[in-house]
Amino acid sequence: MKHESIETNSGLLIVLTLIVISIGGLVEIVPLYFIDDTIETVKVADKDTIRPYTPLELRGRDIYQREGCYLCHSQMIRPFRDEALRYGHYSLAAESQYDHPFQWGSKRTGPDLARVGGKYSNEWHVQHLREPRSVVPESIMPNYPWLLENKLAYKDIRSRMRALKMVGVPYSETQAEYEANIERFGQEVADMLDVEQAETNLLTQANRANYDGNNSHVTEMDALVAYLQMLGTLVDFTKFDEGYFAQFR
Amino acid sequence: MSKEAPKQAVQTTGHAWDGDLQEFNNPLPRWWLWGFYATVVFALVYWLLFPAWPVGKTYTKGILNEITYTDAKGQEISTHWNTRSLLAKEMQESRAQQQQYVAQLQDAGYREIRADQKKNEFAYSMAKVLFADNCAACHQGGGAGVIGHYPNLADDAWLWGGTYGQIETTIREGHMGFMPAFEDGLTEQELDDVALYVLAKSGEKVAGEQMQRGAEIFNGETGGCHYCHTKEANGMTSMGSANLTDHIWTIADVPGKSDLASKKDAVKQVIRNGVSRKMPAWKDRLSDIEIRMLTFYVHQLGGGK
Repeated sequence: MKHESIETNSGLLIVLTLIVISIGGLVEIVPLYFIDDTIETVKVADKDTIRPYTPLELRGRDIYQREGCYLCHSQMIRPFRDEALRYGHYSLAAESQYDHPFQWGSKRTGPDLARVGGKYSNEWHVQHLREPRSVVPESIMPNYPWLLENKLAYKDIRSRMRALKMVGVPYSETQAEYEANIERFGQEVADMLDVEQAETNLLTQANRANYDGNNSHVTEMDALVAYLQMLGTLVDFTKFDEGYFAQFR
Repeated sequence: MSKEAPKQAVQTTGHAWDGDLQEFNNPLPRWWLWGFYATVVFALVYWLLFPAWPVGKTYTKGILNEITYTDAKGQEISTHWNTRSLLAKEMQESRAQQQQYVAQLQDAGYREIRADQKKNEFAYSMAKVLFADNCAACHQGGGAGVIGHYPNLADDAWLWGGTYGQIETTIREGHMGFMPAFEDGLTEQELDDVALYVLAKSGEKVAGEQMQRGAEIFNGETGGCHYCHTKEANGMTSMGSANLTDHIWTIADVPGKSDLASKKDAVKQVIRNGVSRKMPAWKDRLSDIEIRMLTFYVHQLGGGK
């Protein structure tokens, strides 16, 4: 077949183009599902320390997506020296395993947020989200004042968890799944992942931590700050040797 | 004279638009074609040298690309090329390079670092970067803080103490700054009185009668302010209670107000709502030497004791 006959026949050109692109996908993406080292093993005292989001954090993740935070902030620290010095340990594949979709981002207009959890106080986050320039004068981030005013909608939290469960996130609905979670994550985390207790867990976490400094009702700010404060905190890197995560590559 | 004939007849696709508009059918330029072949050759060499092809549950690791780094137990580990091992190696090399300076600082006391120009310069440049990455978000680039939120580190007023040891503890362990809200405990009149009393402590002119009433609330059981701020209103570094006599305001924006009434309102607001703020603990994020260098940096910002 001469290439002239491909170029002058757009139907054939489309089919052949799709075949060529699929080879790229098949070779680059599909094997990752079968290669043993793709997702690192991160266990401390025989329990997985990386867990799915709690109901409140999950709503925070939803708001993070709704406001388009990922357009300016990445959540992917690459294994380079300059990034390690500024942001901390490089991101692990395991740390995004329950993210659907993942929040790696592709543009850093603002700083990377993969390990922002615990770096600033809740008060700082609230002030910064409300009015970024009041704490970082040179910032170009927009103001998000409505997060403090909007009450958090959480009536559909169970449906949201069930939807994620369908794509493989281990939230539990049956007794057997709950027990499997206890085995895998420990009692405390397993309780948080139980769909039946979702509303109670959400309210308890919001009221106990009181992220936005106002306990009269749960706001979107509570959820978003809860999410930001847990980012990158699930792996205690002091428990692993410097080369430990290199063996997965 | 005849027109020179074209050297070679150019092929066209054989189609004409609008009568005479035709399309050349030139072959690809030779340099382009060779460039294309070169990328193919590059890919073949790359496949050979670097991790490339998936094979079952693993993948080809490439040849001649060994990286050697030292693990935590001091054992040398050699592995095929990958960015994570490369990072481990680079971090170790740069740490080794810095070590000659860091080692000098490791055992040096703060005063020794301050006295020695070389140590001083290294500590300063190291901490300046750390400060910008970790501290400036709240305390601002120059350490001036934000009134109402974050204390000024460049003046000589210290809530939790300004000696090297106290600053180091603050960075390492963090602090919870807390003052209870008095909105239920005091009436409007009492809030007014005690706010004026506090302002008077910082040099504002306040009528004697109100001073008297304010003092009773401050030093008595109604307000009980003296339990934390002391009877002299000097504050206590052990619990981070502010010195109210130094004319320095970290929460109520008194300097930003011009008349006594609005100054009083600013102070009243703080007494009414209380204060709850947190300085995070850094011991898990920063290394020991980093915390010490930051201590040195913060101390020299202006007000270290």
